[in-house]
Amino acid sequence: MRAVMERTPRLELAAPFPASGAPLLELKGISKSFPGVKALDDVSFAVWPGEVHMLLGENGAGKSSLMKILCGAYQADQGEYVHEGKRVEIRSPADARRLGIAVIFQEFSLVPHLDIAQNIFLGREFASKIPGLVDRRRLYREAKAVLDLVGLDMDPRTKVHSLGVAQQQMVEIAKALSQEARILVMDEPTAALSDRETERLFEVMRQLQAKGVAIVYISHRMAEVFALGDRITVLRDGRLVGRALPGETSPDELVRMMVGRNVDMTYPRRFATEPGAVVLEVTGMSARNGIRDIDLKVRAGEIVGLCGLVGSGRTEVARAIFGADEVTAGEVRIFGRRQTGGPDAAAVAGVGLIPESRKSEGLALIRTVGENLAVAGLPRLFPNMLFSPGRARRTAEELIARMRIATPSPNQSVAVLSGGNQQKVVIGKWLAAGTRLFIFDEPTRGIDVGAKSEIFALIDQLVAEGAAVLMISSEQAEIVHVCDRAYVMRGKRIVGELSRADLSEENIVRMGMHHE
Amino acid sequence: MSIAGDISSSAPRFHLSKDVEQLLYRLLAAGLLCVALSVMTDAFLTTNNILNVLRQASLLFFLAAGLTLVILTGGLDLSVGANIGLSACLAATVIKVTGSPVLGTLAGLGAGCAVGICNGLMVAKLRIPSFIATYGMLWVLHGITYYYMAGETIHGFPPGFRQIGSGYFLGIPIPVYLMIGFLLAGTIFAQRTVWGQQIYAIGANPVAARLTGIPVDRRLILVYAFSGAMAGVASIVFLARLNSAEGDIGEAMTLPAIAAVLIGGASLFGGVGSVFGTFVGALILTLVLNGMNLLAVNASWQPLVTGVIVVFAVWLDMRGRRRT
Repeated sequence: MRAVMERTPRLELAAPFPASGAPLLELKGISKSFPGVKALDDVSFAVWPGEVHMLLGENGAGKSSLMKILCGAYQADQGEYVHEGKRVEIRSPADARRLGIAVIFQEFSLVPHLDIAQNIFLGREFASKIPGLVDRRRLYREAKAVLDLVGLDMDPRTKVHSLGVAQQQMVEIAKALSQEARILVMDEPTAALSDRETERLFEVMRQLQAKGVAIVYISHRMAEVFALGDRITVLRDGRLVGRALPGETSPDELVRMMVGRNVDMTYPRRFATEPGAVVLEVTGMSARNGIRDIDLKVRAGEIVGLCGLVGSGRTEVARAIFGADEVTAGEVRIFGRRQTGGPDAAAVAGVGLIPESRKSEGLALIRTVGENLAVAGLPRLFPNMLFSPGRARRTAEELIARMRIATPSPNQSVAVLSGGNQQKVVIGKWLAAGTRLFIFDEPTRGIDVGAKSEIFALIDQLVAEGAAVLMISSEQAEIVHVCDRAYVMRGKRIVGELSRADLSEENIVRMGMHHE
Repeated sequence: MSIAGDISSSAPRFHLSKDVEQLLYRLLAAGLLCVALSVMTDAFLTTNNILNVLRQASLLFFLAAGLTLVILTGGLDLSVGANIGLSACLAATVIKVTGSPVLGTLAGLGAGCAVGICNGLMVAKLRIPSFIATYGMLWVLHGITYYYMAGETIHGFPPGFRQIGSGYFLGIPIPVYLMIGFLLAGTIFAQRTVWGQQIYAIGANPVAARLTGIPVDRRLILVYAFSGAMAGVASIVFLARLNSAEGDIGEAMTLPAIAAVLIGGASLFGGVGSVFGTFVGALILTLVLNGMNLLAVNASWQPLVTGVIVVFAVWLDMRGRRRT
């Protein structure tokens, strides 16, 4: 990791602070760890009144953690929180609110069955002269005033559930302003907005700026970064990797900063020279979960990556192939045979899904390691439908030995294993089922570094034995190091394919980002 | 953290699974009850009374055994009592009309099973929570049965048929043989078949079960069909024993059957329990009620005692499982 910092030109780090004026808020040397991960490492961040500060970084770069510390949802392990030159302690979101910090997350916090005014002043209703009652006249008068401020021309008595996404966004902003927010944090606010709604939002942001409100803006859209930003901060792997002014940088440079290179991540593997027969062929597939016109192929002996930003539709593709979500158009062929029906049919055809949320979708936590290992392979192990505990136990013991699962016995509860070992159990259950196509959804999520390389060694072994692998990962470095090819998704579609030669983090990020 | 060194708990040399441990406690409780009742009353430890207890337990067990599988999947079947009513009245009619106990028995079993399949389809295909689906079914079945019977009673069946409920073989009541048969069959099905194992997996985590390629819908329909069919079995034995059918026959049996399953150690959250446990649960419940009768305790206290035992058994169970 040192190498990353040294390669980053010091100029960028030192550069653009405004020449004059004190920052409204400053985070100094913030570090934050979670079990197994260092989410933030010595990050400093400052906002000045009246600026739009763009925060960039890949999935997992630490943007969300930083924002959560900013708004008091998390407490930093180390570092200082300085508000208008004074050091303050922020122990809860309420503390941050008192300093005028408001956050608008991607998922709104509005209550659908209350009206606009009730939502804006939720929990801060004006007391009437009669104790216990709300001064409704004042409520709607004040609400109207705030709505005027953000330029939302609507009756404050309108129920929130009848509003469009953009209007709800405006109500969120109005709510923040009614709390006299001086720092507004917005997490990808335009993700769900149309062009016109986006324009409207930008207009409101400019008005707020003119009033001296500072805006911290998280975005994946380069166009917005350059159109709105007064200053840019880039995070990667929990570290500050660069600051820039929009006039002095380019999209390419920002992508390079976001991607960098993970020097300590190397997965030695032999890449497929001669891929085998086509195992999975998807043509023109659309599904009820939103994905459109998906075409992809995976051959035996190949690891094919499926990448793109969170929400680009990767998991949905995996679920549709596996039959877990309904396919509405196009077709899925496994070993040339057209696939219809649910996950049970897919499993019989030789497909196994290793889902993203291991604990809720991959394992039965109240059951033992042995029971979890045997469960997918039951029909194959016991073709006459008579279950033999002895045979199941032997199968489990073989898998435990072969995959080096750290458990004292198959009778151990699977819940007490570490993340890496639990993941091995999920993979193992498909080995017992004789699976030939493995679909991995974020196979290394929540797994420590040592176990990660073991998981990749296992995946490598699978393809060496002729299995086919489709792998979703948000960590571009993993895709680049492991995959023979990769598809890149954006907006629920596949937008490109990268061959081994073109497979680089820069190319993945470039394809996956919005360049409108 | 290295993988090899990451073993969170060591393996005991003699390992009793939590399930077996919990079952032993229950058997112990049943044994203690027997000893206590033998000491406290003269009437308890007589062949007649023991056989009586077993026969009473058998009816409860038929219903509870079917319910056990439903509860193993994390569901509930509230319609079993009403199902007995419908199946018994239908069987009674068929016997009266055709004069054939065999056809009547088949009608009763078929009706019970058909009701179960309807429940299963509602739960699996329409994704209606089982509690709601079978609660609705309860009312529908009552409605049909009451309309059909119109307050009438059908009674007087051929002696051969009545043997099913009140006959003896080698001095032991026929229902007791049936109970042992279903106990063996149910245990083998749950513990020694692929389907049984899949039912445990569904109850332990339905989402993971589906994503593991288990045909969850088909297994759920099977389980509700089985529960319905066991209500059919109970209806036939009940009918043969009472020698008469009324619209509200079986109505009071749903809640005691659920009690037997819970006392037997099954979890309403699914994935935990066994048919044998339920058998012990049905035995404990019957023993307690029998003992109260013998001790001449006012019958009004019986529901109260049942409630206390259920809550106590579940509490003990949760406590036992929490300290892992």
